[in-house]
Amino acid sequence: MMLDWLVPTLISVLLVLAGIGAVRRMNMWRAGQAEKVDMLAGLLAMPKRYLHDLHHVVDRDKYISRTHVATGGGFVLAMVLVVFVHLFGVDSKILAWALLAALVMMFCGALFVYKRRINPPSRLSKGPWMRLPKSLLTFSITFFVLTLPAAGVLPEGFGGWLLTLVLSVLILMSLSEMLFGMTWGGPMKHAFAGALHLAFHRRPERFGGGRSTGLKPVDFGDGVSVKEVLGVAKPTDFKWNQLLGFDACVQCGRCEAVCPAFAAGQPLNPKKLIQDMVVGFAGGTDENYAGSPYPGIDLGHAKGAPNQIITDGLIHPDTLWSCTTCRACVEECPMMIEHVDAIVDMRRFLTLEKGSTPNKGAQVLENIIATDNPNGYAPASRTHWAADQNLPVMKDVKQADVLFWVSDGAFDMRSQRILRAFVKLMKAANVDVAILGDEELDSGDVARRLGDDATFQSLAKRNLATLSTYQFNKIVTTDPHAFHCLKNEYGDFGSDALQNVEVLHHTTFLNRLVKDGLLQLEPFKGGKVTYHDPCYLGRYNGEYEAPRELLASLGIDVAEMERSKFRSRCCGGGGGAPITDIPGERRIADMRMEDVVSTGASMVAVGCQQCTAMLEGVVEPRPVVKDIAEILAGQLIEETH
Amino acid sequence: MQPNVNVISLVSVGRHPQSGRARRAEQDGRAVELGLKLAGKNLTVVHAGNPQEPVLRQYAGMGLSSLTVLEQAQGCDALPALVSFLTENSVNIVLTGVRSENGESSGMLPYLLADQLNWPLVPRVADIVSVSAESAEVLLALPRGQRRSVIVTLPFIASVDNAAQEARQTAFGPGLRADFHVLAMDTVVDEAAHQWKITAAKPRPKRLKVVKAKTAADRMKAATAKPVGSGGKIMKNETPEEKAKAIFDLLLEEKVVR
Ligand code: SF4
Ligand code: SF4
Repeated sequence: MMLDWLVPTLISVLLVLAGIGAVRRMNMWRAGQAEKVDMLAGLLAMPKRYLHDLHHVVDRDKYISRTHVATGGGFVLAMVLVVFVHLFGVDSKILAWALLAALVMMFCGALFVYKRRINPPSRLSKGPWMRLPKSLLTFSITFFVLTLPAAGVLPEGFGGWLLTLVLSVLILMSLSEMLFGMTWGGPMKHAFAGALHLAFHRRPERFGGGRSTGLKPVDFGDGVSVKEVLGVAKPTDFKWNQLLGFDACVQCGRCEAVCPAFAAGQPLNPKKLIQDMVVGFAGGTDENYAGSPYPGIDLGHAKGAPNQIITDGLIHPDTLWSCTTCRACVEECPMMIEHVDAIVDMRRFLTLEKGSTPNKGAQVLENIIATDNPNGYAPASRTHWAADQNLPVMKDVKQADVLFWVSDGAFDMRSQRILRAFVKLMKAANVDVAILGDEELDSGDVARRLGDDATFQSLAKRNLATLSTYQFNKIVTTDPHAFHCLKNEYGDFGSDALQNVEVLHHTTFLNRLVKDGLLQLEPFKGGKVTYHDPCYLGRYNGEYEAPRELLASLGIDVAEMERSKFRSRCCGGGGGAPITDIPGERRIADMRMEDVVSTGASMVAVGCQQCTAMLEGVVEPRPVVKDIAEILAGQLIEETH
Repeated sequence: MQPNVNVISLVSVGRHPQSGRARRAEQDGRAVELGLKLAGKNLTVVHAGNPQEPVLRQYAGMGLSSLTVLEQAQGCDALPALVSFLTENSVNIVLTGVRSENGESSGMLPYLLADQLNWPLVPRVADIVSVSAESAEVLLALPRGQRRSVIVTLPFIASVDNAAQEARQTAFGPGLRADFHVLAMDTVVDEAAHQWKITAAKPRPKRLKVVKAKTAADRMKAATAKPVGSGGKIMKNETPEEKAKAIFDLLLEEKVVR
């Protein structure tokens, strides 16, 4: 046949172009900062990470997970076989039949992709993504027909040059999408970047069911020279594998769908944020972005370049300050992209370099620096709440089984009720407990989320120094934010103060006491109860069960909200969001209270003083808000002597 | 605003009222803020004391590329060092806080400086509206949010009131990067202060204020009113000589001048 050379030529040209594109793309990522990654181990682990971890997340939506397996698996298999059968001309019926099977599989998958795109939900991006199912279908049909002769179904040279020509045009169309588009920024980019992102992920601990939620510390250098920039100012200030991660986004919008700030109409959309990061390091504008914008900000005006300051024209600082660091987006992202890391990195620049933390931010940070608590109370009044509690102080007793980390709730009258309830329970169970008293400092959570890692690190180090002087087996706190810092973030500062110490949230600890029969509780007789999972307890630390078991021990059958456990919706209180207070159309706490109301519950149980404050801030009438410690303390059967 | 006008802000080490910890002093921060408004990058910020003091980085973090430290040991008198620095450099406007948060906290420094330099002192300014080659339009802060506008000829010293624009947030990175020009000074030990014994102040019990107001507006007034002296008179149309005479008579009467 005259046109025998055409198909192989087309395939090889597009493969070469794809190769060039890949190198070009990799160079864009390499413009980021160095980060140590075990490349080989990562590459070897990649298939498992894809098949197990990524698929696990995708599988929350069965429709798309099956579709993806068929389409993606079919395509990868087909592409490999295409190279053998049509490029190298390997003459094997088995290969040809295998190729046909792969193409059929891909075709079936692509049909479902097509179906989903007929009336796509708003979270999906449109634009080039609408073309993708057609390209997938074209690819599978074209190569199916092309492979029939090799499989011996049709005679060689069937259809003559006309068919070859038609097929060649179709090959050009579909392969451009599948190969060229993969490395030159088309929708298929997610496959290429995604695979490498899985291999070189910045938090490999997350794979295999692990958890890695602590923020990475800012490197303040050796104390002699000061680094040129603290935090992330320009796209190239990100680590290279963070840039790679942004490129892996499939614009599925699952993050958008769960983001509380987006739902509240604040100018944040995690999907758009990741796309803006891509615009930043690849250069250009957001004109071609075909998804939902940041609420209230029109598309088409954002411009970025690898060495341009991000907040000068690409992203408005309010976008960054709207985030509650609830991690709902990260939890939901099938590509395991780390939105919160990126947001806090950029906040660090705004706070540490520009000194532009909005609203009450500057004052809160100044207070924390001068008084070790966010409201500027006298440090010597930290233990006033416990004046009548008869609690041993570590300074006097030096050791105890349990160290009760009181947190800044000590200064707040509402939170003090939670603290007292917890103390009452511990006393009833005869726990050997002590507190740090005035030696305790703010955990640094708020400072860190507001981007002031210098203050966070100073607090962490001073707290660790205090802790290292005492002996205790467990450290228990009623504040999930302090819990998270102590458990997941204090480990970076080279102290052994918390070595061999169990860090526990009070619900976990109380659950143990109840299970050990140390607390006599009478069943709860009130109305329906629902439970709100605090982000920093649930998604950050995986504790979903202890609070529920505690409620069950009171005979409460929790009326679950639609969004609970790992899908819990934030109360709006995290990440310093109440301090930076970026206006939206609604308040996040109001939306969460609507979730509560829709269960018909008359009480919502929480395990966090911040959630309590946020939910109680919703105007009445509304269900009662109580910490689990308060509910338990109310049901305690006190022994009378 | 006026690149040819030299503005200097004097800063001290403050003390947080609750924790007693060193901090950027409230009013000195405002003096730097006002200085930045007037001179931008050309503002000179001067501290007399220990160049290693970490709090100075908090001032530098307001966007100063450098900070001048007149090096002095603990317990030295800042006044001679500042006077010699100000006379050696051609300065038009000196901004200070009203009083320091630490040490004697007498609020005398701007007065003593003005006295030694023979410059006018403008106490408790809320803002400096404009500066020309010879003079500046200054807003004085009066009680209850009132302002008085005065024209002051250069050079002058102004102490900055709490009513002035609040100091901007300090940024950690630029604060660390700022250069410190450390100038060695002939230091004079403050002999008088050396003799003093300093103890923590005990809060004096407050006299109960009985408010007889009937309406909320009255209560608000009672709560916010500054005690207004019953004596005194306002002289507007008299000649300067008459006004000066009246002040002099008052000072005699109050035994300020004997
Ligand atoms: S960031 Fe993740 S969840 Fe969000 S659109 Fe991209 S892939 Fe989907
Ligand atoms: S962490 Fe929460 S608030 Fe922030 S972008 Fe993600 S979903 Fe939105």
